[in-house]
Amino acid sequence: MKILYFAWLKDRIGIDEEELALPASVNTVGGLIDWLVAKGGGYAAAFEDRAIVRAAVNQDYAEEDARISDGDEVAFFPPVTGG
Amino acid sequence: MIRVQEEDFDLAVEVKALTQGNTRIGGVVTFTGLVRDMADGTTISEMTLEHYPGMTERMLQEIEAEANQRWPLDGSLIIHRYGALKPGDQIVLVITASAHRQAAFEAAEFLIDWLKTKAPFWKREATPKGDQWVAAKTDDDAAAARWYEKPDRT
Repeated sequence: MKILYFAWLKDRIGIDEEELALPASVNTVGGLIDWLVAKGGGYAAAFEDRAIVRAAVNQDYAEEDARISDGDEVAFFPPVTGG
Repeated sequence: MIRVQEEDFDLAVEVKALTQGNTRIGGVVTFTGLVRDMADGTTISEMTLEHYPGMTERMLQEIEAEANQRWPLDGSLIIHRYGALKPGDQIVLVITASAHRQAAFEAAEFLIDWLKTKAPFWKREATPKGDQWVAAKTDDDAAAARWYEKPDRT
């Protein structure tokens, strides 16, 4: 699965993109966050204030209960500040 | 139409291109967003706009389609820049054209309000104390939320 990070999530994790093979038990956005946080380090710091992190699955906004599978593109980012 | 680009834009050129040949149009409203040199009392020397290529275009297209569904527009354009910008630089352009002014005014406000809370852009400011990511404003959420309240016509 392709996972993208933007803005300060990218800074804290230290990369903007990675390809990860997930265990079968990880099949929602929330499950993915739990799994990443368990890796510790920058991931734990990036999702420290988890309620404000936004997620997108295949470039559409998604909530934590959204289902994800292998070919999906999942992105995590802070609330947007364009305009 | 929507465009996400690093280059600057020219308001007059864009208005002309959007309205040319369409004499039904009676009013054009434009909004241009600029980089300020101050934010919450801190001097800004530079601003960098990061975005999510692909999703940004999708979201802007969705927002523009929503505006065209709600108001009788004869033309609309959103241009949003990314990359490194300086105070005074143009960041965003919204143009709406319609037979009558009310639709054009309302649609332009709607577009910038929704764009600010939905399009995946993030601003990083360079300040004397170092770089900082701009935090989302609750005012912007409130401005976007008022467009969810549709008049009750039942």
